[in-house]
Amino acid sequence: MSREALHLRVDPIACTAHGLCAELLPECVRLDDWGYPIVDDRPLPPELVAHARRAASVCPTLALKLEARAAAQVPRASRSTRRRTSATQS
Amino acid sequence: MSVLAATTSVTWTLTRASGAVSLLLLTATFALGIADVARWRSRTWPRFAVDALHRNLALLSVAFVSLHILTTVLDRFVSIGVVSAVVPFTNGYKALWLGLGAVAFDLFLALIVTSLLRRRIGVRVWRAVHWAAYACWPVALLHALGTGTDASRPWMLALALGCTAVVAGAVLVRLANSGIAGGDDLGGDARPSNPRTGALIR
Amino acid sequence: MSDASTLPRLLHGADPHGGASLPTHLRHHGLRALDVDGAWLVEEVERAGLRGRGGAAFPTATKLEVVGHGRRRAVVVGNGSEGEPASAKDATLLAQAPHLVLDGLQLAAAATRATDAILAVKSRARDAQAAVATALRERDMAARDRVPVRVVEVPDGYVSGEESALTNLVDRGRAVPTATPPRPFERGVGGRPTLIQNVETLAHVALIARYGADWYRGLGTPNEPGTMLVTLQGAVARPGVREIALGTPLAALVEHGGGDLSRTRGVLVGGYFGTWLDPAAARGATLDAASLRPLGASLGCGAVGVLPDDACPVAETARIVSWLAGESAGQCGPCVFGLAAIAEALASVADGRAARELATASRRSASRARRSVAPPGGGGRRARSEDALARVRRWSGEVAGRGACRHPDGVVRLVASALRTFEADFEDHLRHGPCGACARRPVLPLPAQSSAFEVAA
Repeated sequence: MSREALHLRVDPIACTAHGLCAELLPECVRLDDWGYPIVDDRPLPPELVAHARRAASVCPTLALKLEARAAAQVPRASRSTRRRTSATQS
Repeated sequence: MSVLAATTSVTWTLTRASGAVSLLLLTATFALGIADVARWRSRTWPRFAVDALHRNLALLSVAFVSLHILTTVLDRFVSIGVVSAVVPFTNGYKALWLGLGAVAFDLFLALIVTSLLRRRIGVRVWRAVHWAAYACWPVALLHALGTGTDASRPWMLALALGCTAVVAGAVLVRLANSGIAGGDDLGGDARPSNPRTGALIR
Repeated sequence: MSDASTLPRLLHGADPHGGASLPTHLRHHGLRALDVDGAWLVEEVERAGLRGRGGAAFPTATKLEVVGHGRRRAVVVGNGSEGEPASAKDATLLAQAPHLVLDGLQLAAAATRATDAILAVKSRARDAQAAVATALRERDMAARDRVPVRVVEVPDGYVSGEESALTNLVDRGRAVPTATPPRPFERGVGGRPTLIQNVETLAHVALIARYGADWYRGLGTPNEPGTMLVTLQGAVARPGVREIALGTPLAALVEHGGGDLSRTRGVLVGGYFGTWLDPAAARGATLDAASLRPLGASLGCGAVGVLPDDACPVAETARIVSWLAGESAGQCGPCVFGLAAIAEALASVADGRAARELATASRRSASRARRSVAPPGGGGRRARSEDALARVRRWSGEVAGRGACRHPDGVVRLVASALRTFEADFEDHLRHGPCGACARRPVLPLPAQSSAFEVAA
């Protein structure tokens, strides 16, 4: 039985470091030294979904997206994504 | 007779009042839009707040502009049909200035509708239409000064002058910003500049 | 032709002065006719265990299978763009044995039922371009190709040969990667399923079609069969492209090239997106994934760089990273700014600025301690007490995976392996500034920085 969970994803080409996402969703997004978002790749907890949707709709370049992934699935860019996730668990 | 006169003056008063308030709100919306694209923020005003205020004032403007149009149409003193509110230059009474009002309203509608549908139409289309804001405001101002029966009144002139000053200042800020890497969000490439030639985004 | 155990295979009968002619090619290893059964070929390639030679080593049969079953007519692309400056094998193969590659392209088209073929060649590889042009003319006259082949020039640039960049180049004229899925094998050139295969891989496919899977497995290791082209550079008397069987000891390769592993500081395996091996590890390594993976390395595009005794690994690494940072397509903030910052920090370690910064910082904190004053800003992860190497490590962790392509990831991997393999050297430079070897002429070659991602007119 695979459940679907929502995940945050940033389109790195569209993103121009406005930073609204980090203001609205600090639990999942922090900014690097240059203002670009480091996004927690883990499934969104239910209480944060509404905030995440707001953050995505407010992004000036619509670079922040919510995507549904089956619970057991690992996204294609596997190795480096895992490394990134551990870096954001601060 | 007196009731009729009273009714007439109520709608007419409302029209002029809501018109003036609309101008004020549109000016504030414009200024906040510039603050938004210039990435202005302070310790108590995060970016999302500036952004949200811009949107909310725009929507508030919708309310007052709608009131302005509605009261104009309902008013018995002049016969301005609903059509003239949206289709420019179809009304006899002060056709040019009224027509400008319709033009401003059409542009305003485009801005609002595309913004509400931004997720659907994508950023490029939305951004292209949003340039219309630079046309919408001056046209609205001309409409106010041209049709407004209060145009010669000191308070109206003061209002118009004040709003013009705010918008002019905002446009200067916008022009100053267009060279900053990453600061230029309207049109052109919003890519960060290459480290060999450009600056950090802050 | 050759029995299974002789080398070279790809370069057998190749004309070192450029472009073996069609008759020569047919004499040495060309198939008489290219109309093989697609399904049979895919199965044969699978039995042979061929993996891609572009760096990712993805099973070729799987790719052929997936693209062949797409909903629209497929496109096959031979990728000879060779963005990795440490590698010259694709340019060499195309210049010396273009017919083998072009045969492979046709066979791949047959296997995937493709109706169009593209050969991507680096615009600066003049010999390769000329050889390919001549070969296509010969094939045209002999009516050898069933699927029309279009040659596309790829501009300089490390990222230009990346799969989505190549697709972008063909469709829109700009060789920069794109972010969003789907990947080219689903929707690539013109929205059609696109097979993108390194030119060396295609050459192997052509040989497998002629001699079969069992022949192919006659060299190499059971898990990694076959041969590959490697580019040897650095402190060797005879640098250049060679064909080796997978599993060949690295020491044998270096020796064959006139180098001496007992007199090196380290070996860079896999090109500039690869990893550094210290001399001891290099002496024990064989050129196959099974041996290299536990050492944290991989074959990549087969470029091997030998650093001599008297070179400084810190200076060399800083130089390479600086070049790689400038090769960013400039589309994603973390790559543009992160890599530039990492490169700058490494350069400061190499040239002594980091040492001066460290000395100043320790003087200041010592004086504060004497006066019992708290440090400004209260400290924390980003306090000024973070030295250049600590910054490099932090940024490396933050930059990886946050670009549209794997460019930042590759740079970070190189940096991490340098910091690991030459840890003592880096610490020494951090504290004491440049060493004697820093000033010597650089060993590992770097071309001029690419300035645009369109082909110059």
